[in-house]
Amino acid sequence: MTAAPTPGSREVLGPQEISRALIRIAHEVLERNAGAENLAVLGIPTRGLPLARRLAAVIADVEGVDAQALVGELDVTMYRDDLRRHPTRTIGATTLPAGGVDDRVVVLVDDVLFSGRTIRAAMDALADLGRPSAVQLAVLVDRGHRELPIRADYVGKNLPTSRTEKVAVRLVEVDGVDSVRIENEEGDR
Amino acid sequence: MRHLLSVADLDRDAAVLVLDTAAEMAKTQGREIKKLPTLRGRTVVNLFFEDSTRTRISFEAAAKRLSADVINFSAKGSSVSKGESLKDTALTLQAMGADAVVVRHQASGAPHRLANAGWLDAAVLNAGDGTHQHPTQALLDAFTIRRHLRGPDVGDPDGVGADLSGLHVAIVGDVLHSRVARSNVGLLTTLGARVTLVAPPTLVPIGADRWPCEISYHLDEVLDSGPDAVMMLRVQRERMGGPGLAGAATSAGFFPSPLEYTRQYGLDARRLARLPEHAIVMHPGPMNRGLEISADAADSPRAVIVEQVANGVAVRMAVLYLLLAGDREKGTEA
Repeated sequence: MTAAPTPGSREVLGPQEISRALIRIAHEVLERNAGAENLAVLGIPTRGLPLARRLAAVIADVEGVDAQALVGELDVTMYRDDLRRHPTRTIGATTLPAGGVDDRVVVLVDDVLFSGRTIRAAMDALADLGRPSAVQLAVLVDRGHRELPIRADYVGKNLPTSRTEKVAVRLVEVDGVDSVRIENEEGDR
Repeated sequence: MRHLLSVADLDRDAAVLVLDTAAEMAKTQGREIKKLPTLRGRTVVNLFFEDSTRTRISFEAAAKRLSADVINFSAKGSSVSKGESLKDTALTLQAMGADAVVVRHQASGAPHRLANAGWLDAAVLNAGDGTHQHPTQALLDAFTIRRHLRGPDVGDPDGVGADLSGLHVAIVGDVLHSRVARSNVGLLTTLGARVTLVAPPTLVPIGADRWPCEISYHLDEVLDSGPDAVMMLRVQRERMGGPGLAGAATSAGFFPSPLEYTRQYGLDARRLARLPEHAIVMHPGPMNRGLEISADAADSPRAVIVEQVANGVAVRMAVLYLLLAGDREKGTEA
């Protein structure tokens, strides 16, 4: 399933860099929240979910807790503000860790932070599921160009991009390979 | 998918997509906050020319849970009782900015006319037309069957991703007047199930021998063949002519007497005991207790009749989502 790199694209993160970034973020999460107690790590499908699982695994490893009890997935499709602009999207699953999200610190995990609209939708979805004591955001790549007042608490890599470029995150669980590439849309055509 | 007029609009993959979407919708209905913002600002009109309780309420609940505005229009007490035509009613709804029209009509084909005559831009959902189709009923029946009979195989409580291949469903009773039976024969076979219709010869429609199903006149034989699900149909006495609902004479020659119908085709405790352990009992409602189904059968733990109603809301939410949420010119994402 390994996707061939698009000509005109360049790799900005490889498997090792992605792994290092996740380990660093895991430590930052633990430092900021003084441990893994009351923590829930929710991945936003598609690629936020494997990242959330990896992050939870590192946290569980460091703290000696069960990763399964930390991790969940949060589908935001039904909360998006751009549904009418696109073909009908398929709804994904939402699964919360046992005990729900009430009075826990929820760390939302996504692959790329861009306009901030997905995170806005995620916060609305989360509010319908319970009342976390705090919500934090971890992303693998922050590429800028925010359209809403949203920022990430934990960032794997800040990546200055132009709007015409595309940031392609590929993960082993979904795409068979770990890489982050910048693809120039004009270069493809 | 632009309209949902008939189960023939759905191929296997489209039907599985509706059921999978319904499974996600059903999960949201177990939450404390059941309402989703998805169809905010959209208007759904329930246009009911024929009496209905559960279908109308179910569509209304589904639309409201998705934050759409709902306008209920029933022919009784409206300008239709003053003689307004379907066309003028449609033009009125168009002028009011309806995004979806859920229509039930006593005439087969009325929803098709509404969808294709160019009177309306709205999506049209058939909520039952004459003796033709009732696609959301078939979808909720398929959802219920899949949950109970395929869920354990595929390791998901709702059977997400699965079809109904390998299952045998018996549909019993007044097939002649039943749009539920016609819709289920189409959808269940599309999903890979085997369907057997069981009815007295007088209640089997002409041409049913060309449907993709088997036909039997003997309920006990079919029950002994071990069906996975038995769907009992309501005897639709209001469509049988005759003087009224009361008394034996109203069956107008379709069967000699209600008692004889019950003996031959009614599901009672004795027949329930002949079914395989895992088999489920279904009924689209409203039930004629004591006619096609006894109280013992209707209230037994194998009966999933009340669950069918709950699943109806989830399935209708899924259909409204798939028809209304996206850009209708661009269709459905692969």
